[in-house]
Formats: sequence, structure tokens, C-alpha cells
Amino acid sequence: MDGIIVSNAWVEVARLSDIPRLGSRVVGTPKGDVAIFRTSDDQVFALDDHCPHKGGPLSQGIVHGHNVTCPLHNWVIDLNSGEAQAPDIGCVKRTPVRLEGDRILLALKA
Amino acid sequence: MNMLSPQRQRLVVIGNGMAGMRTVSELLARTPHRYDITVFGAEPHPNYDRIALSSVLAGEKTLDEIVINSRAWYDENHIRLITSDPVVGIDRVARTVTSQSGLVAPYDKLLLATGSKPLVPPLPGLTLPGVCTFRDIADVNQMITASETQHRAVVIGGGLLGLEAAWGLKRRGMSVAVVHLMPTLMERQLDVAAGTLLQRDLDERGIAFFTNGQTEEITGTERATGVKLSDGREVPADIVVVAIGIRPNVDLGRACGLEVNRGIVVGDDMATADPSIFGVGECIEHRGQVFGLVLPIWEQAKVCAARLAGDEDATYVTPPLSTKLKITGIDVFSAGALAAAAEEDEELIYQDKKRGTYRKLVLRDNRIVGAVLYGEVKDGPWYFQQMRDGADIEAIRDRLILGEAAASLTGTVDPTAKVAALADSAEICGCNGVCKGTITAKINELKLTTLDGVRAHTKASASCGSCTPLVEGLLLLTAGVDAKAAGPKPMCKCTSHGHAFVRRAIVAEAMKTIPEVMHRLGWLRPDGCHSCRPALNYYLLCAWPGEYVDDAQSRFVNERNHANIQKDGTYSVIPRMWGGQTNPRELRAIADVADKFGIPEMKVTGGQRIDLLGVKREDLPAVWADLNAAGMVSGHAYGKALRTVKTCVGSTWCRFGTQDSTSMGVALERMTWGSWHPHKVKLAVSGCPRNCAEATIKDFGVIAVDSGWELHVGGNGGIHLRGTDLLCKVETPDEVLEYCGAFLQLYREEAYYLDRTAPYVERVGLDYVKALVVENAENRRALYDRFLHAQTFSQHDPWAAQNENTTFKTLVPAE
Ligand SMILES: Cc1cc2nc3c(=O)[nH]c(=O)nc-3n(C[C@H](O)[C@H](O)[C@H](O)COP(=O)(O)OP(=O)(O)OC[C@H]3O[C@@H](n4cnc5c(N)ncnc54)[C@H](O)[C@@H]3O)c2cc1C
Ligand code: HEM
Ligand code: SF4
Ligand code: FES
Repeated sequence: MDGIIVSNAWVEVARLSDIPRLGSRVVGTPKGDVAIFRTSDDQVFALDDHCPHKGGPLSQGIVHGHNVTCPLHNWVIDLNSGEAQAPDIGCVKRTPVRLEGDRILLALKA
Repeated sequence: MNMLSPQRQRLVVIGNGMAGMRTVSELLARTPHRYDITVFGAEPHPNYDRIALSSVLAGEKTLDEIVINSRAWYDENHIRLITSDPVVGIDRVARTVTSQSGLVAPYDKLLLATGSKPLVPPLPGLTLPGVCTFRDIADVNQMITASETQHRAVVIGGGLLGLEAAWGLKRRGMSVAVVHLMPTLMERQLDVAAGTLLQRDLDERGIAFFTNGQTEEITGTERATGVKLSDGREVPADIVVVAIGIRPNVDLGRACGLEVNRGIVVGDDMATADPSIFGVGECIEHRGQVFGLVLPIWEQAKVCAARLAGDEDATYVTPPLSTKLKITGIDVFSAGALAAAAEEDEELIYQDKKRGTYRKLVLRDNRIVGAVLYGEVKDGPWYFQQMRDGADIEAIRDRLILGEAAASLTGTVDPTAKVAALADSAEICGCNGVCKGTITAKINELKLTTLDGVRAHTKASASCGSCTPLVEGLLLLTAGVDAKAAGPKPMCKCTSHGHAFVRRAIVAEAMKTIPEVMHRLGWLRPDGCHSCRPALNYYLLCAWPGEYVDDAQSRFVNERNHANIQKDGTYSVIPRMWGGQTNPRELRAIADVADKFGIPEMKVTGGQRIDLLGVKREDLPAVWADLNAAGMVSGHAYGKALRTVKTCVGSTWCRFGTQDSTSMGVALERMTWGSWHPHKVKLAVSGCPRNCAEATIKDFGVIAVDSGWELHVGGNGGIHLRGTDLLCKVETPDEVLEYCGAFLQLYREEAYYLDRTAPYVERVGLDYVKALVVENAENRRALYDRFLHAQTFSQHDPWAAQNENTTFKTLVPAE
């Protein structure tokens, strides 16, 4: 429905400390670049590094609350749902991600 | 006005304050023609919002802004207003009042609204110059004047009034100490936990506290020099503000033989024992209770007006009360009981030490009977509503302490949706007692579209401002206008403050980090947004050079990556070419870089630089390293920063040239490179008035003439093309540098983020810039020195620092 993969292989991609608070890092995956975001409350989120508007690299945007603002034309994307904030319409694919201690694990289909 | 019709009754009002004039307004709304009204006021002013005196003292509002009814309003309503002339006697038999100046006014109905007087303990030294209270405009003026020449203030009293006085004086640059009799602050509104948090926060803002402090005397002989406490502690001061409480002003009532206890006694009909004399406000006592907040007073005004208009059924009941402290960034809410008092009472407490928030609810029989909130108060009105409604909270008890959003299970509460759900009788503005129905009716009737319009016509949101989001919600619902867009423009949706206010506060209160600014100025969202964070980062960088640590996460992508992002996510790289000059070695290095990294396109820019387009993010550090190796540094073509100094060839080559414009441009660029600004800044130097370098559409443009250099400011190309204004003419290159540094520093310190010099100059006016940069040599040098000082911290090549930076690399998933 929203592209979440069911059979997951959890792969470590980074340490939490690799990403600054309110920052992001990019992970190259077979299906393209995935941006991993760290919010001020130390949660992590993973979205395709590709804005639903015109493909801007979301990893380079400013993170605030559980949102990121695309660096190209300021669409605001909800990190939780991947959806663009009204009035803009669009959705970015999410990748399941979790924190195990300091390790960031991404669900990449084997 | 003198065409008195005989059948009209005469109403005399004593006291041109909040209660009296509110009653008159309510009366006019009911029956505009029933009375000929005369108002006596002891103060020289028309009726103003006393609550807002705290904001005036803190510099957030001006006296003009707090006038409720102007003199024109009195004229329009045919009210005879007599100011600066207190009533000194009432003759109940003759039914007249007499004023100090000897004026005699007959009445059929008399309204006593004399308010209260500051309570002052019998202390030695009370009458010394430098001692004042906090009650009216004269007091505030005295404090403001003192703050301009004096340095230390002591406030006696750590209640609402005393703390607001202390805060205002602090804001005006004084060092402030508060002496408070009790162990914790605001002990009548806050429990010990919240009072302690409050003291800690105010302490952090630089206010000193002497709790358990019994003042023994105010010291000094010629004027006040401090206060002495009974335990021997002494606190030095240039001014002493006594704010320990108020006492109903009952003198007139007592003198004419009305019943007086603590206040002038009135019944449920607001009448005194004499049926033709009414009383409202802080001067009265009703069922043993006296008053110090406006909410019950508005209710009294309503009932009294109804009675005066002939409604025999109107009766007054004191509503439940809540309190809020008006100190920007400190949020306190309190209503009802402070603690469990009886056996069956219960307390729910929630504290988050890290965020500095605290909330306590007192419950009785599954109903809220008290609430104390500290740090985050947006749920205050909701708890208060539950409390007034006597709502049974059994079903939501487990979530109640987390607030409305958690209790309602919808997750978030959108103010517009929330206000839509309210009944017409629900109160929106607690300060002025205005309910939803009144506001929507006025919006419809008068076609109001602005927040100020609603404030003017209903008084809602006009005092403490905490209901502003609800009023804006009503405007949106009723008139379909987004009121947030109007008015003094807030920086963004995260705050109601404008740029000017925030810039001033950062400097005045020595705020040093983004979280600190957001916390103290009451940001609505914890880490702001893409619009306010870069602005705050710049303001702090500008205010505290060398001290503030730049926050990369609050920079736009270009400034974080030191290159300009393009529509396909690649970057452009532009090395600096001083004054537009280059040489074969640099050109070769650029060519080599282009080959090595497969750079798809190169172009000469409008600012006389060479642009390498289509560089991949991962390649940026290596590209920079190669350019660095050839002696080139970042051109900052991506930043809100000094971009380029464009020059023409000037007298070195050109047959028209009058001065060496190229060298001048290089010197300017060497001085200014690396500087951060509210927006991009471009310079140019032309060697003669033919102006080949197009200096008259630059932020700072220099045009050489035979006798020296003309300096031009505030120009730009772009959508809104603007030619420069001529600032002045100078003779030497050193002067060009000094004037340029001074002008740029002025712009750096005063412009709003994302305003270029053109809108900045238009906002403040060229004369202002001339006054500070041209006419005042001392100020010019001070600005120039500050610019050069800041430059010692900013002239580092950001490219050189990035070689080891892994943020440009894409991570590879582990096996
Ligand atoms: C700094 C400050 C901050 C406050 N903040 C809040 C707040 O946040 N929330 C809140 O609910 N309340 C607040 N209050 C309290 C509120 O302002 C008062 O409750 C309210 O003003 C009382 O109205 P009143 O008409 O009874 O008295 P006043 O507004 O004081 O009016 C009385 C008027 O009568 C005049 N007068 C007195 N004697 C005579 C005479 N003999 N002849 C002619 N005129 C006379 C006085 O000069 C005065 O102008 C604050 C008060 C102050 C001083
Ligand atoms: C009376 C009018 C003008 C005269 C006589 C004039 C003459 C000249 C001369 C002699 C040069 C030097 C060329 C060289 O040897 O490098 C020059 C350069 C130039 N002129 Fe003009 N010019 C005039 C107006 C303008 C105007 C109005 C513009 C554009 C707004 C302009 C743009 C340029 C530019 C961009 C250069 C190159 C400057 C540099 O990079 O060194 N000129 N002009
Ligand atoms: S501005 Fe004057 S000096 Fe400079 S190139 Fe043009 S004509 Fe020559
Ligand atoms: S590509 Fe993201 S906003 Fe346009």
C-alpha cells in the first residue's frame, strides 16, 4: 500500500553518531539513494533521497520537528509518513529503519 | 453637548479607569441616549489598558498603543471628560460631586470606579526620590527615565506585579534584584514546585532574588541608595520599586458615609447602600471579596450597565479566576486550588526536568478544582474550561495530565478546528471577557479582516495576547482571512515575533544559542523551521563574533555544502578571483579540474568569475582540494555573504580611467571576503563615470572620478531592479575601505534576514544611513572596527576545511 517491504533483511548502515542531530546521511542501496534523518529527539527516519516535486535531494534539506524541507523549492515532507505537507501533494517512499543501541539498521530486501 | 435634554438622567463616573469606562461602554451599547455622562479622571490621560503597562515597561508596546478609548471617542459619544481633576467630595443629599478644581457636577446616578492604590508598608525612606510604585503611566515613565541614567533597581515584592516590573527594568538594561517576603515567588498563584522553577528561570535571565526577605528600610539621605533587610542583608539600588500589593481606594466612599470594609460594599446589583450610587472594579467589596484582576471586573461592568439601563434582574456572581504572568518566554498558568486541601482531594503531577515543564492538577470528586502549569501552558485554558464546566474527568483521567491533545485522542489540536468546535458562549479572551459569539458577530457586522480590527472592536486579544491563535482561527472561519499574514509580520509560523524584535532581544538579553532564543522568546515549535533557523543562526553569528558556534544544520544546503545546488542535485563551483583578475596558472588549474572530474559545463558569470557546473556532491571536496592547491579559495557564490567585487580595467589600461579601479576592487574584496550577511552582497568599482562595472546596481558601488571616489549604496539587479543612492564622495582608497566596512556592518547589524541592502535602505531611509555612516565619524569608525573584528573570525576558506569531511560521501550498507 505504501511500499513497506514485508520480508526484511536488517542491515547496519551507520552509527547514530555518524549523523548530526537535525541532519541526514545518504546510503547507497541497490534501489537508489536512501536518506537517513536524525531528529532532535534522536529518532531516525529513512526516505528515498528524492523529492516528490522535482526530485530534489531531501538529505540536503533542513530538518525540523519530524519534517524535512526540500532544498530545491521548500516542500515540507513529513518524515513519518513521507507525505508532503499541504498545500503540496506527493509522497516519498519510506524504508523501515530502526535503532539498536547506537546502530542504525535499514530493512533492505535481500 | 450643552443641549441637555431635560428628560435625560445625569450619570457621573468617578475614575476614568478600566472598570469605569468598561461600564460606560457596556451602557452605551445597551442604551446610547439614556444618560448625559460626565467622567472625572485623576490622571491626565484618556482611558488606557493598565494591564499593558507591563508591556510598555518592557519596551514591547508604546503608550499610544495601549489607549483604549481616545478623546475622540468621548466626543463622539457626547461624554464630558474631565482629566487631571480628581473628585474630592460627594454630597449625597444635594446629589453633587465636587472636584479639586472646584467643579460641581450634579448626578442622578453616580458610579464609583476609583480603583486601588499601591500598598506601601510604613518603611523609613519611602519618600526619598528614586522610590516608586507600579500602578499608572506616571510610574512607568518614572521607571523608564530612571533606567536611562541609572543602573541598579530593587523591586520589593515577588508577586505578579513585582516580577513584571523586574522583568521590564531588566529588559531596559538595569541590573535588577527582587526582595520577596516569602520563601517562593508568586506563592498565591503557584505551588512551591512551580514557584521554584520560575525563580530558576528568572535567575538565569539575570534577575537576583532575596527571598525570605523582610525589608526594614530604604536607605539613603538625598535619594534612595538601596534597601536593608531585617536579617542584615543590604541590597544597593538607584531606584526602588514597591510592588507588594494593592489596597482598594475607598476614601470618597468612606467620607460620604457609605458602608466600607476592605472595599466599598456593594450588593449583587452593584449598588451601594445608597441606591443611586454604584461601584465597580478594585474599589469595591462584594460578598467579602475584593478584586485585583480584570475578568471579574468585566462581569461587574456588565451587570452594573444592565442595572443602569433599567434591567432589574441582572445579578453579579464572581466567576472562577485564572492568572498568567506576562513575561515573554516564561509561561505560567494558574487557576483555582494550588494543592489538595481536603482528605478526598487528589493531586496529579507531571514534571519534565529536561524541558523545564511542570503541571499539577488538583482533583475533587473526579473534577478539576485547581491547575498550576509551568513552562508549557497551552492546555491552561482547556483545563480551566473543564474546571468551570465541572466536567467529570473519570474517563480521561489516565491521560488528563498530558493535556487536551492526549485526552481528546486526536493527537494534535489545531486552533482553528478547536475554535470551530466551541459554543458561541465559550470565552475566547479571558483578559477582556469576550466570548466567541461576540467576536464572530463583530467580524460579520463590520466586515473585519485583521487581528487589529478585531482587537479594536471587541477588545479580544488586545491585552495579554495569549488567545491570539484562537482569534486568528475565528477570522479564518468567519471571514476566511489569514490574519497571521497581516500586522507586524512574524518571522515565521514558529513565533509571533518579528525580525526586529528578535534581533534586539538577542543582543539585549545576551542570548547565545538557537535553543536559548527559541526557549526564551516562546517559540511555538521546538526546533523551528527552515525559515527561522537560518535567520537565527545569522543573527547570533552577527551578534557574537568569535563566540557563537555556527550551526551547520541551520544553514541552507548551499552554505552547508559550500557550493550552489542545481536543479538536478549537482552543484556549481566558483572559485574566487579577486576583483575579477585571474592568470594563466589559475586558468590552467580550473581547466585541469574540469577535465579530471568530467565537469560538463563552464561559464563566465555576471560577477566576472568562472563557473564549473554539474559537480557531483561526492566530488566536491576533491575539486576544492585541487583548486586550493592552485591558490584559489571559495568564491562564496552560494552564500548570504560577500559574493564578488566586479571591477573594470580602470586607469591602468583604459584611456578614460581616472583611478586604478581594479586595485581598489581587489583591496575591497580582500577586506570583505568571507563576511556573512542577511542576504547576498555584491560590490563593484568602475574607473570612471562610464561605469563599465555597473557599480550603480550593486549593494555597494564605487565610481572613480578625477578628484576621488563616489560611493553608492542600496542597488541591485534581479526582479526588482533598483539603482543605487549616492552616499557621499571620498578622496582616498583608505576612506573607501572604511566607508564600505561601516556601511556593510550597519546592514549586517540591522537588516532583516533575506532583505538585501535595497529594501534595507528603503526601510530605514538614506538619511539615516548617511547620519550613521557619513556624518558621524566616530560611529563610522566604530562600525568599521566591528566589521574588521568580525572578519578576523570569518576569513577562513571553508573549502580548505572539508577534505576530511565524510558528510559528502554516500554510506555503503554493511553486509
Ligand atoms: C502593571 C499592572 C499589570 C496588571 N496586569 C494584569 C493582568 O495581567 N491581568 C489582570 O487581570 N489584571 C492585571 N492588572 C490589574 C488590572 O489592571 C486592574 O484590576 C484594573 O485596572 C482595575 O480597574 P479599576 O477601574 O478598578 O481601576 P483603575 O484601572 O486603576 O482605574 C481607576 C482610575 O480612577 C482614578 N481615580 C482614583 N480616584 C479618583 C478620584 N477621586 N477622582 C477621579 N479619578 C480617580 C485613578 O486615577 C484611575 O485612573 C494589572 C495592573 C497593573 C498595575
Ligand atoms: C560612454 C560610454 C562608454 C564608453 C566610452 C566605454 C568604454 C569602455 C572601454 C574603453 C572599455 C575598456 C575595454 C578594455 O580595453 O578592456 C570598456 C569596458 C567595458 N565596458 Fe564600457 N564604456 C561605456 C559604457 C559602458 C556601459 C554603459 C556598460 C554596461 C552597462 C559598459 C560595459 C563594459 C564592460 C562590461 C567592460 C569590460 C570591463 C572589464 O571587465 O574590464 N560600458 N568600456
Ligand atoms: S568605467 Fe571608465 S575606466 Fe572603467 S573601463 Fe569603463 S570607460 Fe574605462
Ligand atoms: S524538488 Fe523538492 S521542492 Fe521541488
